[in-house]
Amino acid sequence: MTAAPAVAVARESAIVTTLRRNTWLVGLLGLLSALLVFTKLINPGYDLTGVQNLGISILPLALATVAQAIVVISGGIDLSLGSIMALTSVVAAAQMKGQSEEFAIVVVLGVMLLGIVIGAVNGGLAVFTRVPDIVVTLAMSFVWAGFALLVLQRPGGASAQWLKDLLSGSLFSDWIPRAAVVLIVVVAVVWIPVSRSRLGLSIYAIGSNRLAAFRSGVAVGRTRISAYILAGLFAALGGISLTATTGIGTPVPGPYTLNSVAAVVLGGVSLAGGRGGIFGPLVAVIILQLIRTDMTFMNMNTNLATVVQGVILIGVVMIGSVLEIRRTRP
Amino acid sequence: MSGLAGTPDVHAPIRSEGLRGLLRDRPIIPLVGLLILLVGAIWLVKPASVTPSWAGVIIRQAIPLSILAACQTITFLTGGIDLSVGAVASMTGFFVATLVGHLGLGPSLAIALSAAALAGLITGIGVGVFRVHPLIMTLGMSLIVLGLSNVWQLIMVQTGAGVPKELRWVGSGSIADIIPASLLVWTPIMVLLLLMLRRTGYGRLLYAIGDNPVASRLAGARSWQVLVVLYVISALLAGIAGFLWAGLTNVANVNLVDSSVLPSVAAAVIGGTSIMGGRGGIGGTIVGALILTVLSSLLTVLGFPEAVRQIFFGAIIVAVAAAYTRVTAES
Repeated sequence: MTAAPAVAVARESAIVTTLRRNTWLVGLLGLLSALLVFTKLINPGYDLTGVQNLGISILPLALATVAQAIVVISGGIDLSLGSIMALTSVVAAAQMKGQSEEFAIVVVLGVMLLGIVIGAVNGGLAVFTRVPDIVVTLAMSFVWAGFALLVLQRPGGASAQWLKDLLSGSLFSDWIPRAAVVLIVVVAVVWIPVSRSRLGLSIYAIGSNRLAAFRSGVAVGRTRISAYILAGLFAALGGISLTATTGIGTPVPGPYTLNSVAAVVLGGVSLAGGRGGIFGPLVAVIILQLIRTDMTFMNMNTNLATVVQGVILIGVVMIGSVLEIRRTRP
Repeated sequence: MSGLAGTPDVHAPIRSEGLRGLLRDRPIIPLVGLLILLVGAIWLVKPASVTPSWAGVIIRQAIPLSILAACQTITFLTGGIDLSVGAVASMTGFFVATLVGHLGLGPSLAIALSAAALAGLITGIGVGVFRVHPLIMTLGMSLIVLGLSNVWQLIMVQTGAGVPKELRWVGSGSIADIIPASLLVWTPIMVLLLLMLRRTGYGRLLYAIGDNPVASRLAGARSWQVLVVLYVISALLAGIAGFLWAGLTNVANVNLVDSSVLPSVAAAVIGGTSIMGGRGGIGGTIVGALILTVLSSLLTVLGFPEAVRQIFFGAIIVAVAAAYTRVTAES
């Protein structure tokens, strides 16, 4: 796909090239604007509070999606993200309960470290046992959920006040939710340096052609583990954000694993690996959340909302794979 | 009779050495050994608990689990997976329990199975025609089935629900006070599946598509047709398991079977069926389901909570899958 059309693309103007390379992203942004207009139409009262709620409600899924995107780009898939978030969330909530605000900083750092360890275990198992990523992470999802139940048997614990304040309200202007700023800062601090580095290039390389990457000197095993470690870190941040936004820790995994896969695919990352980025999936998260908000506005049955969610998941992946088939067989 | 060249001949004579060869070619023998060890462990911990009636309880629980695990086995063979079995099985059990008062047993069973087949058909079209990854397709389908079952529950909530007594007998009753009645349903299903995989062209196509999709396409196999039929069969099996589950627990609930999805995957993996396709069979899966049920019973006897059980199951899947990957990769 990249080699042959590259000659033709080189002759076109820069703007056309950029548009062509980012067709999917342009389409997504178009869909997002259409949805925003639609939301405003069906609910004229949708304004500041709506945007602020949107910022807070997308945060856990957005962090899970960044985690999933990194693993999927590296050619794997992580079905244990929801469980990792549950585990890190209950650990954070249980440790912060009844403790000082300062101690909560230690807890947050500790939970981030826990996410890194969990990611290393996932990645290490996938690399050293040579069992397919799907099987390893599906099995580990039960292990991490089991540990979450051992930490807290029922929803409980507490969150430090500064952590709650960090995510609620807005910054600079009323239109910029604090949660969105936190999300952008976190992603910028962790992912942008990585993606510009040798590691980021290696992650894309092993995702698009593992054998070729190996023969060009990429340490495939180490890179895969690094991708899972990054995913574990982002999942832990997602878990902390769950504790911060709900004020408690819940030992039952939320729907984040599945929804993150849907958002990643909708965001233009190929499930085959090696293609896509972080920005597209984040736009997809906003779109998915807006669809849910709109269904609430239209007084739709919540069970039908589950159905719609399944249909969107399947539909998006279907469109993605049809495009994939077309691309590989022109 | 031995299939196309390049198709793994699963019934080839054993030509290998030691435990490694045994695990690769006849996994069922070490598995039965493991099962006996586990029963022995329960007997050591609590000698009084190993009785014929205990065996009956184990078999009654293992039967619906092994049918769900059979769904995983046949889909694994093609390199797929069916994670919608939990939602489909819960749905059929719930349908029968809510419909039987209006329509009688026969029609309600038929409607429930048709709904299951429809779900399987859509899954099959998604996987076979649109090439959606089976994992995503079946996860999405389980969301759709679960949501629609919930809508159905809201509609039917006034009429009340009850598992019909015939299903209760099949699920939890026994013949001559000792043989579990669910064997009446289970035995023909397993014999049919065994014959399908070993003696029919369709069964060989499943192995062929899983082992090498490109080669089987070039050899003339229409994989999309095979896959559509496969997922319909899988959904029907899950539907039948749902009847047995409702009968066993005497509960009509749209989430009843959800917690058995991972164990069904685990049973198939332990039974030696490769999730990458092309290798495995029903025999190992049945023993795998028995092993998991006995292990679960052992953990209960030892007094471990549900959380520990989950951790054990997850760890076992990784460990067993790793062992199989190791012995088969070096052949």
